Amino acid sequence: MRALDRIALSLGLGFLYAPILILVIYSFNASALVTVWGGFSTRWYGVLLADVPLREAARVSLVVAFAAAGVATVFGTLAALALDRGGRFAGRRVFTGLIYAPLVMPEVITGLSLLLLFVGFGLDRGLLTLVIAHATLGLGFVAVIVGARLRGLDRSLEEAAADLGAHPARVFATVTLPLIAPSLAAAFLLAFTLSLDDLVLASFVSGPGATTLPMRLYSQVRLGVNPEINAASTLLVGTVTAIVLTASWLTGRRGVA
Amino acid sequence: MASTPVPAAAGLLTCAGLGKRFGTHVAVADLDLTLQPGEFVCLLGPSGCGKSTLLRLIAGFETPSAGTIRLGGTDITADPPHRRPVNMMFQSYALFPHMSVAANIAYGLSGLGRAARQARVDELLRLVRLDGFGPRRPDTLSGGQRQRVALARALARAPQVLLLDEPLGALDRALREETQGELRALQRRLGTNFIVVTHDPAEALALADRIGVMEAGRLVQIGDGASLYERPANRFVAGLLGDVNLIPGRVLGREAGGLAGLDTALGPLRALGAAEGEGIIALRPERIALARAPSGDGPALPGQVVETTYLGDRIRLRVRLADGSIWRVSAPAEEACPGVGESVHLSYPPERAWLMPAAA
Repeated sequence: MRALDRIALSLGLGFLYAPILILVIYSFNASALVTVWGGFSTRWYGVLLADVPLREAARVSLVVAFAAAGVATVFGTLAALALDRGGRFAGRRVFTGLIYAPLVMPEVITGLSLLLLFVGFGLDRGLLTLVIAHATLGLGFVAVIVGARLRGLDRSLEEAAADLGAHPARVFATVTLPLIAPSLAAAFLLAFTLSLDDLVLASFVSGPGATTLPMRLYSQVRLGVNPEINAASTLLVGTVTAIVLTASWLTGRRGVA
Repeated sequence: MASTPVPAAAGLLTCAGLGKRFGTHVAVADLDLTLQPGEFVCLLGPSGCGKSTLLRLIAGFETPSAGTIRLGGTDITADPPHRRPVNMMFQSYALFPHMSVAANIAYGLSGLGRAARQARVDELLRLVRLDGFGPRRPDTLSGGQRQRVALARALARAPQVLLLDEPLGALDRALREETQGELRALQRRLGTNFIVVTHDPAEALALADRIGVMEAGRLVQIGDGASLYERPANRFVAGLLGDVNLIPGRVLGREAGGLAGLDTALGPLRALGAAEGEGIIALRPERIALARAPSGDGPALPGQVVETTYLGDRIRLRVRLADGSIWRVSAPAEEACPGVGESVHLSYPPERAWLMPAAA
């Protein structure tokens, strides 16, 4: 039974991670041919560093991810606060559903609707529209993460602060905010990786001069995969993994989740 | 902003016609309560009786559906919690986990200067015997120490009334009895009004000057422990404060001295109390005298012992009477006690039996 479990687990993990592992291994391939192993080398990382358009795309991706994650964290937290603290206002269930709906909405549809919106408002597609789109993507996740933390928070802590003479703004700044801060950080990091990963939304709402890393990689792959792409992807996977691990560590710490 | 500590001058708290409903559920109904300066009052009742809601109404966490709360002559009904010179010690203690013990205690002292604040924190730490614990985090403390930090924090602003929600509920038994004494001594020393919510009658008797018994959102009776024990308002209060025998009957008339004569299933019985019509006699087990033969003075009720329990200082007996009802009798252990199956005669001094109205 235990052996069976182990086999099942290995199969599952292998199915999930073997492709990524192969990608990482081939990023250290000395050969210019993707599928032929020519010995260990870091030469493609050198090529990558010298690739100006790719570096520019990475810069755009990082700028957009920072801005979008920031916006998503602020607005997602406000939404979570309103839903948790607003009492039983009319339509609260509907609003809760509306916040969570984008989590399961096909990105193609979100992208298309945002594109229509931007065109309708006459907004030039570029960095700004990318940030708005990615903030929309991350907002729901932030609301879910922060909302869970708020629900787990002992309300008597805030009552105790008010009881000791703190007006509501001081209660929020000195008690609520410090206690939900780890979940805010986790939510920010998750929104950040969502933005960094996204290709579909970006394809819809990006414009000239605002090509993100996934867009750049995708367009290069269409011309043929080369080991440089493997190297770039490896870096992206590494970054995202580090961020997700940090986020789960933040939410998993004692007294936080 | 009420961030400057108010002087410890005793205020007079008055709740008048106070009511609170949550949807269709009535948590507190038409409640009147007046606190004398420096008084220690316990609100006693089972969970869900509204005692915690009453505390939260006084603290300002809930808005009353009806009635007013006045403190020292000022109407505070509409004041938010941070404007009330009233502090609360929470059942969970609600210590801020991200702050040190000293920062927790200093939280309510933001109106003071740094030096004055430090001095006050040190004074409070001494008061609760936690000198040197200032830099510690709450999660490194034991339950008893956390309880004392919560107490110090709630006392920091020298409130006119201190509200304590099950303050000893989370402590183990030995620590609880020790802490009861400390709490009582602290209240006497400070002269602050304490209102303690508890579900434990023994705790209420040990702590309070007056006990307010709550049942289903109403304050059924308020008074000192002895008057509640001797003269309960209804069968709920009678049963809450200790073992009691309840004998229903109909009041027939009154003798000189206020003793009422009742017609019961056991024949005519007498008791003290003002009730008319249908009534219930509350008779404490230790008030009943036990004899093997009927004594000369007064009526004695024949019965048969069905169970005896030796309790060290006393013996608890269950006696079946002529009408089939079982009375609990508590007799001193030194007497040669009748055994199971023996016939006995029970009598009691009628002025130590209390007549309550049946409907209340």
